[in-house]
Amino acid sequence: MASNGRKADTVTLTIDGREVAVPRGTSLLQAAAALGIEVPHYCYHPGLSAPAQCRICLVEVEGAPKLQPSCVTIAQDGQTVHTDSELARGMRQGVLEFYLVNHPLDCPICDMSGECSLQDYVFAEGRERGRAQEPKRVFGRDDFGGDVLYYGDRCVMCTRCVRFMDEVARDSRLTVVERGDRAVIDTFFDSGLDGASFAGNVVDICPVGALVSKDFLHKARAWDLDHAPSVCPNCSQGCNIELHTRDNLVQRLKPRENPEVNGHWMCDYGRSRYEWMNRTGRIERPAMGRGEERSEADWPGTLEALAARLAGNEGEIAIVASPFCSVEALGALSQLAKEAGEAAAAVFRSPRAGDEDPLPGFPLLVRRRDLAPNVDGARLLGYARTGTDDGSGGLDEVAAHRGVVFVLGDDLNDQPDDFGAAADLFVYLGTFDSPAARNADFVLPVTTFAEEEGTFVNAQRRVQRFGQGLRAPGSARPAWLVLGALLAFLKSGKTPANAAEAFAALADEIPALSGMSHESIGPGGVRLEAAHA
Amino acid sequence: MAYPYRHERETRVLSEGFGDPRARTVAGWREFGGYRGIARALEIGRAETIDEVRRSGLRGRGGAGFPTGLKWSFMPKDARRPHYLLCNADESEPGTFKDREIIRWTPHQLIEGCLVGSYAIGASHCYIYLRGEFFESNQIMARALEEAYREGIVGKDILGSGVDIDITLHVGAGAYICGEETGLMNSLEGRRGEPRIKPPFPAAVGAFGMPTTINNVETLAATAHILRHGGDWYRQWGTDKSPGTKLFCVSGHVNRPGNYELPLGFPLMELIEDICGGMREGRALKAVIPGGSSVPVMSADECRDCSLCYEGVEAAGSMLGCASVIVMDETADIVRQVRRMAQFYAHESCGQCTPCREGTAWATRILRRIEDGRGTEDDLDTLLQISDQMTGTTICVLSDSLAAPVISSIRKFREDYLALVRRGERVGVA
Ligand SMILES: Cc1cc2nc3c(=O)[nH]c(=O)nc-3n(C[C@H](O)[C@H](O)[C@H](O)COP(=O)(O)O)c2cc1C
Ligand code: SF4
Ligand code: SF4
Ligand code: SF4
Repeated sequence: MASNGRKADTVTLTIDGREVAVPRGTSLLQAAAALGIEVPHYCYHPGLSAPAQCRICLVEVEGAPKLQPSCVTIAQDGQTVHTDSELARGMRQGVLEFYLVNHPLDCPICDMSGECSLQDYVFAEGRERGRAQEPKRVFGRDDFGGDVLYYGDRCVMCTRCVRFMDEVARDSRLTVVERGDRAVIDTFFDSGLDGASFAGNVVDICPVGALVSKDFLHKARAWDLDHAPSVCPNCSQGCNIELHTRDNLVQRLKPRENPEVNGHWMCDYGRSRYEWMNRTGRIERPAMGRGEERSEADWPGTLEALAARLAGNEGEIAIVASPFCSVEALGALSQLAKEAGEAAAAVFRSPRAGDEDPLPGFPLLVRRRDLAPNVDGARLLGYARTGTDDGSGGLDEVAAHRGVVFVLGDDLNDQPDDFGAAADLFVYLGTFDSPAARNADFVLPVTTFAEEEGTFVNAQRRVQRFGQGLRAPGSARPAWLVLGALLAFLKSGKTPANAAEAFAALADEIPALSGMSHESIGPGGVRLEAAHA
Repeated sequence: MAYPYRHERETRVLSEGFGDPRARTVAGWREFGGYRGIARALEIGRAETIDEVRRSGLRGRGGAGFPTGLKWSFMPKDARRPHYLLCNADESEPGTFKDREIIRWTPHQLIEGCLVGSYAIGASHCYIYLRGEFFESNQIMARALEEAYREGIVGKDILGSGVDIDITLHVGAGAYICGEETGLMNSLEGRRGEPRIKPPFPAAVGAFGMPTTINNVETLAATAHILRHGGDWYRQWGTDKSPGTKLFCVSGHVNRPGNYELPLGFPLMELIEDICGGMREGRALKAVIPGGSSVPVMSADECRDCSLCYEGVEAAGSMLGCASVIVMDETADIVRQVRRMAQFYAHESCGQCTPCREGTAWATRILRRIEDGRGTEDDLDTLLQISDQMTGTTICVLSDSLAAPVISSIRKFREDYLALVRRGERVGVA
């Protein structure tokens, strides 16, 4: 204890025989978590208030007359806590049995099966056999609107969903109706969750299969999904997410916690836009030749031929790149252009929403106007915005450019067939063929962000890494690899072996990135300014 | 109209005006000595008012018996934020019908109590939260309040003292859980009637987030008299630990059920035999629930020497609660009675806490099965275990309130259960 009369800002207590020091004000549940002890809980969620109503987190505190809810009991100096005593375990077993009195146990057809807290806790500590014999009460299924379905029979009445809408979305659209074991969650009148922009989060935080996504319904079993850490590509907020994939298809996006970016949440706009990552009909092989003369080739031959053209280039270079491309790809392209000639233009186009959509209870999270993940990265690397707010137009000069034209990741959908017809050399690095690419001398298949590793810079100027969730189709390669190989030809240097090396090459040359590396960025990202502070 | 429940051995402090319609007007209530308590309180000041109540030893009549003066002293002394007094008139505990009588016969007695309490804790606003089904009481109370406002007794500058105290009558929608103090606060604020976790306690964060004291109708009514006559005067009745008089709501198999005001410590058997005219048709006593349905059942044996004060009933194995004495004779079907109570709690559980939400409903289903002759002895163990897990594990004590009658009835009347379990035989008919 500090002797100056002020209270020390940490307290030391003993939980299950182990000592732990935690900041004053920490709950017993969090203090236990610091020791790696999970106290089972349903109503408690770190992003919400704690109503202490599920009563499964009760623990034994020496000296207290009865078991204490660990989610709201604040750790005290010198306290001795037992989360695993006979009393605490017996209580948990009792609460679990209470839950099962009315729970349908329809795990075989429940989407939550495999990642359900009720299933997990009952499996770990429940009674072998329940003693309830009477028929269970039945509510059936309710369409809450938006992407959300409610299976009342499975609900454990933790009210996380109600509190999310009240406290975080600040858009009270869910409530508890009735009382006792007739209590259910319901929406007000008919509007339900339709039009709410963050409601998908209630599905994530529902600890059981009571709230499920219509989109994901019966699509995959939890244990068949692979999880890849990623960053939402659908706006420049860059919410940290996971890609959940099966059979090389993205099945759903889930938020990944990052207190500085998105908390535990993500928006419905971003969450629902993943189908494009699964789109088929991709360019799978490199090709050379304009129009009728086009023919597929292998990578070494293609790159060699292109490198030779670039080495002999004398024209100015115009670039159109997409802010859906990584820092590594955009950076490699501008380095390549620098190496191969004078720059004429470097532009990007990106759709912009009419307004922003902030999450009131977690104001750091804003669905941004820029509906692409790396607008700030593109700017940082010297690309300028062009075109209109729907992401089209603005390419008249590039379309008629006479020197070298590079197009990276922009599929030129709005552009005329004679795009690039006047160019000496037109290189198209893309995922889909496009009529406007018919004049390309080289068509190079590249991967989407979901098929590669890399980084984006979000609207907070935070550099964030994303991982690979899907295998690339055919012989598509990450753009940083293709461009890195070309650069290696031109400079007789080394092709980067991975995205981290591609990033390192940039960090050496671009002051804003100097000193940063994939390792220093880590899973949570780093702000550009912070890296230099 | 004479009040039907009268007995010469009663001590009428609170019930003096019962049955006399004059007591419903300001002038009439003044004839009963009314509004002198608040006048004296205003004279002696806040601190002295609390001291007077503390001296009286008055304990809360809402069920828990918490010392009223002490409760009032928990309120912050400064006036930086509004303070509120809540008068709990939700009276929904099965077997209880005393607050209703205070309100419908002597509404000004309650108004005076509310003024005393508000003044003592520095509240300029008091809410009376009235049970939704009390239509007659609602009308009478509303009329009395209107008159009190007109007479300058409530509102601005009450009784010319310079003190402002408003009283608002708020009618609930008829939910037992809204009688629990923090459930009441949520309901008053327009939220679901769900009890809050404590801490924070109401004296720190109560209604509308402000320091709040909540008292039962009978508690507040008693403070009007205590202020008029002094705390020592109140102590002439009752025991050291349970001073004063109390309204006893007697129901069940007695000849004259009703509301009787008696000094605390009055012998239970005399209440039954003398005041209530004995058991109906001379039958034998089987069981008593002394404090409303939430307390343990007492066997006839336990009743023998029980005196009706907080410590006396506790010594006899139950609790005085709000002194709602439910008397059952030898024809009573205990299992059915307990099932009926369980059904009440299952219906009234707010549903927040898992042990209460699921436990009350499950216990009811098991009890019904036993009642229907389809139970087993294992069911009794299950019931005892469920009840144990419903005790001391939830946000409020509604959960414990079901557990108490279940546990006590299985312990004390196991034979009744076994008869049903073993032979499908019902004991009793009522
Ligand atoms: C489920 C439940 C219901 C209650 N109902 C009432 C009620 O109807 N009236 C009442 O005065 N107290 C009721 N109480 C007790 C109150 O919570 C509170 O203790 C009381 O109003 C305090 O007043 P007192 O100190 O004057 O007794 C109830 C308590 C619980 C747990
Ligand atoms: S629907 Fe899910 S989150 Fe909402 S109360 Fe039920 S179990 Fe909790
Ligand atoms: S706010 Fe932006 S980054 Fe976050 S989930 Fe929505 S679209 Fe994706
Ligand atoms: S014990 Fe029952 S009534 Fe009380 S708060 Fe919990 S669920 Fe509601």
